[in-house]
Amino acid sequence: MTSVVVVSAGLSSPSSTRLLADRLAAATTEALGDVEVEVEVTGIELRDLAHQLTDHLLTGFAGPELARAIEQVREADGLIVVTPVFSASYSGLFKTFFDVLEAGLLDGKPVLVAATAGTARHSLVLEHALRPLFAYLHAVVVPTGVFAATDDFGDAGLDVRITRAARELANAIPTDGVDAGRSGTTAAPLARRTVAEAFDDPTPFELLLKQASAA
Amino acid sequence: MQIGIFSVGDVTTDPTTGRTPSEHERIKATVAIAKKAEEVGLDVFATGEHHNPPFIATNPTATLAYIGAQTERIILSTATTLITTTDPVLIAEDYAKIQHLLDGRVDLMMGRGNTGPVYPWFGKDIRQGINLAIENYGLLHRLWREDVVDWKGRFRTPLQGYTSTPRPLDGMPPFVWHGSIRSPEIAEQAAYYGDGFFHNHIFWPASHTKQMVELYRRRFEHYGHGPADSAIVGLGGQFFMRTNSQDAVNEFRPYFDNAPVYGHGPSLEDFTTQTPLTVGSPQQVLERTLSFRDYAGDYQRQLFLLDHAGLPLKTVLEQLDLLGEILPDMRKGFAEGRPAHIPEAPTHGSLVAANGGPTDSTVYAAADDATGHRAEDTQDAQVSA
Repeated sequence: MTSVVVVSAGLSSPSSTRLLADRLAAATTEALGDVEVEVEVTGIELRDLAHQLTDHLLTGFAGPELARAIEQVREADGLIVVTPVFSASYSGLFKTFFDVLEAGLLDGKPVLVAATAGTARHSLVLEHALRPLFAYLHAVVVPTGVFAATDDFGDAGLDVRITRAARELANAIPTDGVDAGRSGTTAAPLARRTVAEAFDDPTPFELLLKQASAA
Repeated sequence: MQIGIFSVGDVTTDPTTGRTPSEHERIKATVAIAKKAEEVGLDVFATGEHHNPPFIATNPTATLAYIGAQTERIILSTATTLITTTDPVLIAEDYAKIQHLLDGRVDLMMGRGNTGPVYPWFGKDIRQGINLAIENYGLLHRLWREDVVDWKGRFRTPLQGYTSTPRPLDGMPPFVWHGSIRSPEIAEQAAYYGDGFFHNHIFWPASHTKQMVELYRRRFEHYGHGPADSAIVGLGGQFFMRTNSQDAVNEFRPYFDNAPVYGHGPSLEDFTTQTPLTVGSPQQVLERTLSFRDYAGDYQRQLFLLDHAGLPLKTVLEQLDLLGEILPDMRKGFAEGRPAHIPEAPTHGSLVAANGGPTDSTVYAAADDATGHRAEDTQDAQVSA
């Protein structure tokens, strides 16, 4: 079963951010269905994790629900991330979630970026804010990002962009049944060692000694 | 089972009164707390090492020697000694010296430090933290075990024919623990040497502790020091207790809510669920403490943090009295179901006995004729000779 996780940072309920997230998830499920891939979609509403995210910033560890969400992202074959635009960028809540992820957790992970705002004047936020963030995190961002201003809902052009982006994400998720790495993506063999891997297979001390004093 | 306390030496405002103790008050309070720890029957007092405000925990060996001169029985230790930024040659001298002064009543715990800037203050690079801990300890380990050391490394100047003095008391170096919260390299290091491993435990979910302790135990066995369950493990702990558990919650809550480490974050209720912090009755503290074995296995040393977050000295001393009252039950609980082959924490006495008794490790050298001269003159005389 292929898993797609949808991270949505909308604050009202229901939010236009969630609305866009749901349409992207449905389109991705359909695109994968076209190539006969079964999909399990999991939604993560960051609003529900807002307290635990702040606690994590202060204590350095995740509360139980946040820890579960992080594990779902770790296990995901593909990610859809949607944020409202706040002060010309992603919201602080959205950024906080990606701030607390262990380094390397998104290595090679296919990601579809999307954003909502009150006006189309913010549409380049995908290119100047979201794309650099996920490039830094070593995720693989699909070429089409989806931006929806309030008046885009109901415009046929949005459907076209959603479908195109969803197909790109579906194409980026490996579906040949071959496990290419821990996240199941083609880029995964280059992924950094996870904390769990460092504990399962520790570097022998003789090597640590040698590395310590090597100039 | 050794039960004791550890202190980070923070100078923190009491949030209930707005009063902040002076450095002098806090330094003297640390001594009073250590003496009280011995009085109520605890086995260990350990001091932290910090080189910045709001801490008073500089110069740990002077502190420990001063406390040692006023106590009889309690083991004095560190939590932690900065193996990254302190010259291992000085650590070797300082701790061998107090080992002699305190007749072996001392051990120490290696750590990497809690604040980034401490590295550049001592001319080091935090990105080399693990490498510094490994190289420096490798040298310290040799300085205590070899009378004459030739050494060359990456982080300090080489040594040629160097003898660290005084030699360890009775030919036995102080026992060393290695402390780390999340770095597998340090669990590996402790296991490699067959030293103790201490997990801070407090402020973190049990899963961190379990992961580190399991790795240390597994690798301890791998390196041939004995079965995994006989590795030497220490844990931190944190409590606030009153006879009536609701009184404990009410009294501690303002300290919790404003504490430097976790204040203004999770609720007291969430934090006590997610970390080892226990706020309640003596019975609750007793039961929670004994439950640490469920994920750490039978272990050797339990240290509690009591003097922090601005708690006044009087309250800390009351906490020690309460701990003293449940101490017999705690010892009994730890002994219950403990397999016979699980060792106690090594002490100077047990290590010397296992080594076949004390040996005089003094390196006797010819008297020098330099005292009273300038080093440069002696040097010139050698060159011209």
